[in-house]
Amino acid sequence: MNLEKVIFGFFIVLALTLNFGFFIGEIDNPEHHNKYELFAVIIVNLIATVLKFGDRTHMGAILLATSLVADLQLIMAAMVWAYVVYMSTTGLSPESMASIVSLSGGALLANVTSVVLLIIETVNLRR
Amino acid sequence: MNQVVFIVLRRMRAPLIVLILAYAISMLGLVLIPGVDDQGQPWHMGFFHAFYFVSYMATTIGFGEIPHEFSDAQRLWTLVSIYLTVIAWLYAIGKILTLMQEQGFKQAVVEQAFARGVRRLNEPFYIVCGYGDTGKMLIKAMDRRAMRAVVIDIKPERISELEIEDLYGYIPALCSDARGLVALKEAGLLHEHCAGVVALTNDDQVNLKVAISTKLLRPDLKVICRAETKDAEANMASFGTDYIINPFETFADRLALALHSPGTHLLYEWLTEVPATPLSMPIYPPHGFWVLCGYGRFGKAVQANLAKEGVETVVIEADPEKTGCTDWVDVVGRGTEAETLMQAHIDDAAGIVAGTDNDTNNLSIIMTAFDINSQLFMVARQNRQDNGEIFKAAALDLVMQRSESIAQAIFAVMTTPLLTDFLHHIRFKDNEWANQLVSRISGITNELVPELWVVKVGNDTTPALYEALTAGEEITVGDLMRDSRDRERGLSCLPLILDRSGGEVLTPSDGVGIEIDDQLLFCGTKAAMERMQWVVLNRNALRYITHGEEHPDSYLWRLFARKSRTV
Repeated sequence: MNLEKVIFGFFIVLALTLNFGFFIGEIDNPEHHNKYELFAVIIVNLIATVLKFGDRTHMGAILLATSLVADLQLIMAAMVWAYVVYMSTTGLSPESMASIVSLSGGALLANVTSVVLLIIETVNLRR
Repeated sequence: MNQVVFIVLRRMRAPLIVLILAYAISMLGLVLIPGVDDQGQPWHMGFFHAFYFVSYMATTIGFGEIPHEFSDAQRLWTLVSIYLTVIAWLYAIGKILTLMQEQGFKQAVVEQAFARGVRRLNEPFYIVCGYGDTGKMLIKAMDRRAMRAVVIDIKPERISELEIEDLYGYIPALCSDARGLVALKEAGLLHEHCAGVVALTNDDQVNLKVAISTKLLRPDLKVICRAETKDAEANMASFGTDYIINPFETFADRLALALHSPGTHLLYEWLTEVPATPLSMPIYPPHGFWVLCGYGRFGKAVQANLAKEGVETVVIEADPEKTGCTDWVDVVGRGTEAETLMQAHIDDAAGIVAGTDNDTNNLSIIMTAFDINSQLFMVARQNRQDNGEIFKAAALDLVMQRSESIAQAIFAVMTTPLLTDFLHHIRFKDNEWANQLVSRISGITNELVPELWVVKVGNDTTPALYEALTAGEEITVGDLMRDSRDRERGLSCLPLILDRSGGEVLTPSDGVGIEIDDQLLFCGTKAAMERMQWVVLNRNALRYITHGEEHPDSYLWRLFARKSRTV
């Protein structure tokens, strides 16, 4: 067993599960979407991205790319949230909540891709 | 992606994760711990403000407690976060700095820059392996002619020497072993613009390896090699190395040439020297017996060639065991003392060759010998380039400068391959023929070494000439040598060799007609070279020198000219 692989897999799957947890619920209902959960998703995603740094294989490059997409989507979601709460006059309206959650939905897709790739790589590993 | 980015990313994994975690913990604490706002109401910091606060706190900018003054609980947490984040930053920065200092990383950065430099070359270039005295001279000469080169050398100090050299163009240089195929590939062996490989290292084995790798991977490339032993020379020739230069053999061969045909020797000298430097004087080495000091590779080559001319030699060698010639040596000793020289009958000798591998000894031999017999023809071998001044002051009849002669010969092969053919042919001509050519050359060159240039008749090299020839015009070599300002006068130049598919013609006469795909080698003054190169490019100038009429060139004027002619 390779500890590095365990940590790597752990963060990738955790990023997906947390992302799913934040995404699930009525899309425009702020009560269904927890801000701490979004924070945790961002942190876990960032760590997963850093873990993929410096892998020279083709698979590593694709994993890094999907991770960067997820980061981008999630940070956009956080920025929209900060904007609607502190800067706009509307506050956390259903419309803005919907756009935050849909951004995180995009990140969810990227994370699903990551996990699928990870599974494919594992299945191909004949040992 | 490139290697440097990979190394940085890989090494930055741990510090980046530490930083992310430190930020996350600090932010989470600030968001969870309750504070009090201006009105005394309980208040929780949002993630937005927490990120803002942590960002300036961690970088020790410190804008203060915002948006509201902190409660004691928040201050306690801030205290914890300060140490946490500042240490995380120090760790990350320290990691980057150590990475920068690392030898492997530096090497990767340098190689990256080198590979980029090679990749961006978009004109023909040569790979030069070995940047010693010879390499330095060759690179300088190439640079003056705006030719591109890539340098590989195993010694880092030589590479830094190249970096501070005053050159016009950028010469990518790599510190690496030329024996490795990786280094050659990085230097652009497979690059589409690579024109050839020059192996100049002082190790025959390395040169051999470079030559054979190049010939196997890119058989179309020109390979020029330096060899110091006959074995290596024969080995290189066996797999088709285009040009092999053995400095000792070449020099000894020229000395023998000067003995039996001083005119041919002078032609060789004049045509291979640096253009626009003063012409060298003819030398007349005396027949009679010669004293040879030092019987290494150089001594052996000289002895063999002198023997071919029927000149007897007396050999002085300090260490007959080492040079493997116990039965050949006549006198054992260094030759720097009068006694040894006397034993070799220096007082009756016609000439002396100081050919040891030590410059000081060589000079000492010459000085001592000169004291005993001032009529001697003195030849010395100069090993180190920086001793040039002293050798010049010693007023020798002939100096064997290894690096200079190699560099000149190689440069001539690169720029005018036709010259090699010409020099090959004149070996079979007699001294009388050579003397005539020498006097013709000295008539046109003003005491300066002539320029050499090639006119290659083709659509892309000489469009005007090509057009005229395809139109069926008769143009002779003599026509080309007319002055484009006054066609009655001739240019100060003369044709040396005409190369066409039917065969080669030495010093073609004025009446020889030029055909498409001919190659002509001329020698002459710089002004003549520039005018001729203009004539073959410019239709009007060519028409003037062939027909003596000047034609208008714009469409309108051409129309007028045609009208007036018909009227």
